Amino acid sequence: MTAATVLWVVVLALLLPILQTRSLREPLRSGARLLAEQPRRLPAPDVLLGRLAVVLVPSAALLALAVVPVGFAGAAWLSTSADLVWFNAAEVLLWVAWWCAGWSPNSVLPLVGAYRFLAQGLSYELPLMFSLITVGVAAGSLRVSDVLLAQQGVWFVVVMPVAAAVFMCAAAAFASWGPFAGPMGRDLGGGVLAETTGPARLALSAGRALFLGVAAAMTATLFLGGPAGPVASGWWWLLLKTVLVTAVMVALARRLPVLPPDRTVDVAWVVVLPLTIVQALVVSVLVLRGVL
Amino acid sequence: MNADAVAVSGVVDLVGVGALGAVAVALGVAVFVVDSMARATFALLGSFVAVAGLLWTLGLAYLGAVTVLMMTVEMAVMAVFMVAFMMNPAGLMPMTMVHAGRSAAAVATTVFVVLVVGVWVVDWSAVVAGASTATGDGMGPTGSAGAAMVEPTLQVGRAVMGSHMLVMLVVGVTLLATILAATVLATDRGRYDRFGDDLSRRRPDDPVTGGLPR
Repeated sequence: MTAATVLWVVVLALLLPILQTRSLREPLRSGARLLAEQPRRLPAPDVLLGRLAVVLVPSAALLALAVVPVGFAGAAWLSTSADLVWFNAAEVLLWVAWWCAGWSPNSVLPLVGAYRFLAQGLSYELPLMFSLITVGVAAGSLRVSDVLLAQQGVWFVVVMPVAAAVFMCAAAAFASWGPFAGPMGRDLGGGVLAETTGPARLALSAGRALFLGVAAAMTATLFLGGPAGPVASGWWWLLLKTVLVTAVMVALARRLPVLPPDRTVDVAWVVVLPLTIVQALVVSVLVLRGVL
Repeated sequence: MNADAVAVSGVVDLVGVGALGAVAVALGVAVFVVDSMARATFALLGSFVAVAGLLWTLGLAYLGAVTVLMMTVEMAVMAVFMVAFMMNPAGLMPMTMVHAGRSAAAVATTVFVVLVVGVWVVDWSAVVAGASTATGDGMGPTGSAGAAMVEPTLQVGRAVMGSHMLVMLVVGVTLLATILAATVLATDRGRYDRFGDDLSRRRPDDPVTGGLPR
């Protein structure tokens, strides 16, 4: 316990200067501004599907979070016999949500952004599925608790580095972050979000950011041992790993240019997808030979 | 769990199944009532999600989740194609999903009646017993207690990779061939457009670069 206490004192000491900076106050300030902002409406919008999107983006993030073991006791809100498929299904709801968000304002640029999200989705979805399947094969189960049990010896990032890297890239893609921010791109004047203002914009942006955090927590759970640590295993390790993964993703995102979605399709299908299949094959052989 | 608790959970399940079934049917009807392609598409998706909820209520977590996963992708892609290819560009003008109403209603009613009669007439206990012997892995339920012990996800996996593997392979390859054939037929660019009339061009002339050197 003492080691963990020391660790937390160090982490808090590092975080303290950040708390005082503008970068932390800015999201609160702009969030409050969006809450008070007058919503803008174009002629003939599809209000119903717009509302569906506003509800669906944050809810899908919470549904995905339900199978991540973020509880203080190291348990998820929900444990089923198919947690990994549940997570994938929650993520894929974003396809509908963002398409509806881009469709509803009755404007060109948001719709182009929505189609960009779907085009990007067709690139990242299959590699993401194969990386999840690889995790399931190594754990011999689709339960997240079994995945954690299987990582007691060695973390999955060591066994399946390709699957881990692909999962992180796909996570950035379904959160439309960094190089995969094309659907909300500045070249489209904000893309999907170009015409959305007020509380609706706040809900969509918050849902998108929440999904990035959930994806980071899932990365830490599936590939970095989750709540397990060298000393005093517990929820604080998962939190620390999640913060670190998020920090890495945000830092990389700030340094990489936005990729046009038409430049990711070939790479995803010709390079990344075969790589993930080979990764699944290698892990399967390791499981069959009893190494894992 | 005592008998009262079982009865209560049975009632809760029944109400849940009834509500989800009603939602599935209502959204299915909505597909043919709404006047926008986008709304019709997502009403259909909502109907499928309600069916996934039914599967979930029956304890089939994997099948429920995979139904949501597959149907969502399918409907998103379908929205793209419906808006792009069907008679109502952009889907903003009022439209209807009903064509040849009378014959369609006759077919739909017939199928519905056949399925409902089938549900009540078939002896499901015999079907379940037959399926568990067909998997032939010794994992099949040996009685009512055994049936509850085996995880449904495992049973599905064993069936797909065991007794039903031939069917799954044939279906998979057929679907792939259909998708490829449909894409080839739909695209307006062939190899002569890409490589020239005598196919002599070394690099294809493609309007979209794709991301890799060709």
